[in-house]
Amino acid sequence: MSEFLNMGGYAVYVWSSYGLAALILWLNWYLPRRQHQQLLQQNKRRHHGTGE
Amino acid sequence: MYLWFNKLGSPPHFYRIAGKWLPWLSAVFALLLITGLYGGLVYAPTDYQQGESFRIIYIHVPAAWMSLFVYVVMAFCGVVIIVWRMKLAEVVLISSAPIGASFTFLALATGSLWGKPMWGTWWVWDARLTSELILLFLYLGVIGLHSAIDDKRIASRAVAILAIVGVVNIPIIHYSVEWWNSLHQGPTVTKFDKPSIDMRMLIPLLIMALSFQIYYVIALFQSSRAELLRRERNSKWVAELSGGN
Amino acid sequence: MNRLSLTQAFIFLLRRDLTLVFRNRGELANPLLFFILVITLFPLAIGAIPELLARIAPGIIWVAALLAAMLSLDSIFRSDFDDGSLEQLLLSAHPMPVLVLAKVCAHWLVTGLPLLIMAPVLAEMLGMASEAQGILLLTILIGTPVLSLIGAIGVALTIGLRKGGIILSLLVLPLYVPVLIFAASAIENAALGLDVSAQINMLLAFLFLALSLSPWATAAALKMSMS
Repeated sequence: MSEFLNMGGYAVYVWSSYGLAALILWLNWYLPRRQHQQLLQQNKRRHHGTGE
Repeated sequence: MYLWFNKLGSPPHFYRIAGKWLPWLSAVFALLLITGLYGGLVYAPTDYQQGESFRIIYIHVPAAWMSLFVYVVMAFCGVVIIVWRMKLAEVVLISSAPIGASFTFLALATGSLWGKPMWGTWWVWDARLTSELILLFLYLGVIGLHSAIDDKRIASRAVAILAIVGVVNIPIIHYSVEWWNSLHQGPTVTKFDKPSIDMRMLIPLLIMALSFQIYYVIALFQSSRAELLRRERNSKWVAELSGGN
Repeated sequence: MNRLSLTQAFIFLLRRDLTLVFRNRGELANPLLFFILVITLFPLAIGAIPELLARIAPGIIWVAALLAAMLSLDSIFRSDFDDGSLEQLLLSAHPMPVLVLAKVCAHWLVTGLPLLIMAPVLAEMLGMASEAQGILLLTILIGTPVLSLIGAIGVALTIGLRKGGIILSLLVLPLYVPVLIFAASAIENAALGLDVSAQINMLLAFLFLALSLSPWATAAALKMSMS
């Protein structure tokens, strides 16, 4: 297992790459999703506020 | 067929369909990702020249492929915007830009992380890295121009033109830079006759590439739905959303 | 009211733009002065080492030409945009791409041509080999129109923006890179006595590509910017 994590001495480079990929992929999913939810909230407030 | 295309182009329809597809796409993505990661990190044999550091290829190459693919998608949307003024194409174009830019940045960063142990330096002016850097500027140009113009329908047409001009330039820039310098490894995967890469290394690569493709669609759907809500907030179908939910 | 033929319209617009520029002769010198200034900065920054300067002279001159071109781009459409003539041009019966070509032509005559004239002097000051200077002029002759043509697209896209200048550079510089690469390479090869036909052919290809496509892209961008 420790051999796997060590990546033949290249651990810093390999895991940084995979970690960076994970971060970027997560951000591109999470940020739009959060905006979406905020917009839905705003939408609800607009239409229920004026209606009922 | 035309009817299906027309229906797909309608914002409320796309909003609903994209919402329905997201969980399925996420499942497929998770599956492909786990398979690809296992294949790349465990199954693929150690490279005899580069040791374990070559495993960065499983991020670097799919990211680079996607960075080009997404720009082509944007250019295609650009044509649709100029010719048919399709609103959905406008949304897809601008939603794709940050995703494409992210892939480009990832390709550059992982390229550096791969290059440091291999070439001894964080940056080299090799053909692929240099043209990727220029591609990043092309993406930033699209994002910047779109945000600089207030009227978003005009902004969409501006970036449509920019994307089309850009896509014509990508092969030119790529050819120019490659002609100018070449340190990077020659094409090992796109040689269709006999790839000079071991099958056990190739298959995880293709799986990761496919998983990145699916991911792009997921991120695109997520971002497009948000953008549609933003643009169409005064329309009836958006109002009805809050009533239903 | 006489209807002008297309050629007459082209020439009319070209002459008009040139006349307007010459009325403001101070403005004419700006890109040229900038070009000279930038080139002068390099020996000051790097140290006046003759071999080094001679080696990087092609690059310095072309980067300076690029920057000077970019700085002058705004003038292609700015004054017409400000006083409403641009809208009139868009409404005219003549095809906009041709009118655009006339304006870009005028721009090149005013900004590219002076560079062509000054370049040998500056090349000599940087110690560039004389065999290379001929190719330098050729690359500037072919390359600077490409810069004007591509730059026009960028200007057309950003003309309506308040801080258009900054984003103009971001848009246009990536597109300038191939011209820079092949021009600098041609001059370097010439200095070494090697064959330059490949590079010159590529530059010519860029010129013809830009001549045929950029007026349309510029016209489309103008129509959209003015709407």
